[in-house]
Amino acid sequence: MGLLEGRFEKGGVVITTLEQAINWARQASVWPMTFGLACCAIEMMATGASRYDIDRFGAGAFRATPRQADLMIVAGTVNFKMASRVRRLYNQMPDPKFVIAMGACTSGGGPYYKYGYNVVKGVDLIVPVDVYVAGCPPRPEALLEGLMRVQDKIRAMHDLTKRQPLDYLVPTRSGYVQLPPEVETLQKANEYCRRRKELSTPAKV
Amino acid sequence: MGGAEIIAILVEKFGPRIQQTKPDAIDPYVVVDAGDLVDVCRFLRDDPRLQFDMLNCITGVDYCEPDPAKAPKAGFEPHLEVVYHLSSFVKRHRFVVKVLLPRWKDNVPGQLPEVPTVTSIWPAANWHERETYDLVGVYFVGHPDLRRILLAEDWEGHPLRKDYVFPLEYHGIRGR
Repeated sequence: MGLLEGRFEKGGVVITTLEQAINWARQASVWPMTFGLACCAIEMMATGASRYDIDRFGAGAFRATPRQADLMIVAGTVNFKMASRVRRLYNQMPDPKFVIAMGACTSGGGPYYKYGYNVVKGVDLIVPVDVYVAGCPPRPEALLEGLMRVQDKIRAMHDLTKRQPLDYLVPTRSGYVQLPPEVETLQKANEYCRRRKELSTPAKV
Repeated sequence: MGGAEIIAILVEKFGPRIQQTKPDAIDPYVVVDAGDLVDVCRFLRDDPRLQFDMLNCITGVDYCEPDPAKAPKAGFEPHLEVVYHLSSFVKRHRFVVKVLLPRWKDNVPGQLPEVPTVTSIWPAANWHERETYDLVGVYFVGHPDLRRILLAEDWEGHPLRKDYVFPLEYHGIRGR
């Protein structure tokens, strides 16, 4: 966790800042709320079950009350009748709180965008969203990825040292897409394009 | 019992009060006036030859072409239909009763057309009628608790009407 981890040969000593310790504890116990609206909730349940096991990331304790939850996974279509309830549940959660918009419906209306007369076109019209997870419904791996992005956000929180620069970067987990080595820099990318173009040009007879 | 025989029994009992019959459809049906609906339904349930002890579904259908250019070719006059699907566990047969209604009562937009309720005959009609009221906009006279069942209580309009206008905003949440 800390910058000095593993630097001591004999072990037994870990030095860190108080803030990093708090963030580390927070990101390892993100408790989501038991809250599902539609088919995405089935996928969320699968994520919580043994095969994908969201508990590996410390987010397996689905709380039945918003007052004990840190994370709201909005899993499913939000309609206008439900919107005020979603807003109220969000307001009842203690700070710091995070929201994952899971699936196409909560991200922007999804298949109900045009003809869904009673569907909210994105849950971000009701509550602030931290992470959008694409898919209809998303695979459990995608939801886990979204959870890891929330953990990245938590790890970068600086409540105690507000308005001071961060000393390390996010994201620090896997899933961060890196460019392949042949297009790493602009020169290499140009060279790569030129070579591909030459290869694809048919030879003159 | 086939549809033609059921229709024959009904015509024998009610005579001209049965307005239309169609025995050769996949689901044979009769059309009755809204005022005769309760009598016909009670007969369908209680007659020992018919014994329709189950109401499968109540559906509202809006026959309406909102585009005025296509309206002459639509092939129907604008109207509403309420369709009752019945079946009998004892006799193992099915039947359909339809009621034809104007789209608005007395052709005043906003005034819902009225049908008598059949909750006194089949209690299952309770929620079906609430749903039809909610989405299609048919007022069931005598219903014990006619509230919206799916949409919010303060919703305006009936969404499965063909000329329904989508809401642009609901309690401050934009709809588009």
